[in-house]
Amino acid sequence: MKCSKCLQKSVIELQHGGLCKNHFITYFEDKVFKTIHKYRLIDRNDSICVAASGGKDSLSVLYLTKKYLQENKFPCDLFTLLIDEGIENYREKTVKDLQKFCKEHQIRLEIVTTKKEFGYTLDEAYPKINKDLNKKPCNICGVWRRYLINKHARNLGATKLITGHNLDDEAQAIVMNLFKANTGLAAHLGPISGIEGQKGFVQRVKPLYFCTEKETRLYALLKNFVIEFTECPYAKEGYRSQIQSMLNEFEQKYKGTKQGIISSFLATLPLLKEHEKNNKNEIKQCKCGEPANQEVCNACKIQEALNYEE
Amino acid sequence: MKLNIFIERENKSKTITFSKSTVKDLLSQLKINTETVIVVRTNESGNKEVLTEDDQLNDQEKIQLLSVISGG
Repeated sequence: MKCSKCLQKSVIELQHGGLCKNHFITYFEDKVFKTIHKYRLIDRNDSICVAASGGKDSLSVLYLTKKYLQENKFPCDLFTLLIDEGIENYREKTVKDLQKFCKEHQIRLEIVTTKKEFGYTLDEAYPKINKDLNKKPCNICGVWRRYLINKHARNLGATKLITGHNLDDEAQAIVMNLFKANTGLAAHLGPISGIEGQKGFVQRVKPLYFCTEKETRLYALLKNFVIEFTECPYAKEGYRSQIQSMLNEFEQKYKGTKQGIISSFLATLPLLKEHEKNNKNEIKQCKCGEPANQEVCNACKIQEALNYEE
Repeated sequence: MKLNIFIERENKSKTITFSKSTVKDLLSQLKINTETVIVVRTNESGNKEVLTEDDQLNDQEKIQLLSVISGG
């Protein structure tokens, strides 16, 4: 297949035709920068924290955030934050990739471990929590990560928290919330996510919102970002992985399915937000000092269950 | 024809017999969803080339199937 712009050999087939390496890189970067611009994801006065794991999404978004700041001459402070859950034979590999990348691109890296914060790695906590609360490892990991990323980004002075969520991640989250009737959670999705303007929360933003997982992997490959493929041993246990497979089956048969989910969702998001505003539960402050939907935050509930087990 | 395939997600290499011609045919034979991999050919001088579904494959080629899906 030839590139639709220059007749060189294509590296990807998109809905509107093929693109060669150079035109694909330009297309991908333009799409990310347009997303940042259209949704005002970054302000020149922001202090920016990029939540990173060392995978293709976080390395790409980290690189492009730095590039965007440089091209627009934004004087923002930029640093990256990694949460190490202590998953054996998994996290240590991605930490190394991220450390190398940050050194090469001169970006400050902060690492927070769940062992230091909560006294447990995920490997240690999961069997205990699963016995009592019947929670999947991804439930515990998700609560811990959101809690620590928000807490440390805020304490380190960030006004924006950039995540590497891509179009596939978002389409999966939309369908998961739809299947589970979580309209409240769905209202917090979108390119600007989380609870807007709420004290204690750092605003989360997603520059890769319109980039598919395949495009992001290809971008990282063509830019020679070093990524060692490692799979979280718990990933297959999650509900998300089943939704992911289902959407990939549909996408293969019906091109544009994932983009269709995102477009439909964005058209209804203002209504969801309005609905949620009317039903809004007041955000409380947990005894640990962090914002929470209930009197006790989910991270403290997990901690109580772990302490009880001891 | 014979193809030498490396599947990143399984961290495995294998030689397979392939009777059709394109990348799309190969993924179909291996029952791999086209949305989940990037296909890369390594030529004799070691240069790598990203392939699309309509690209033709040749006997004895080295083909990598890189996983698109994140591991976490």
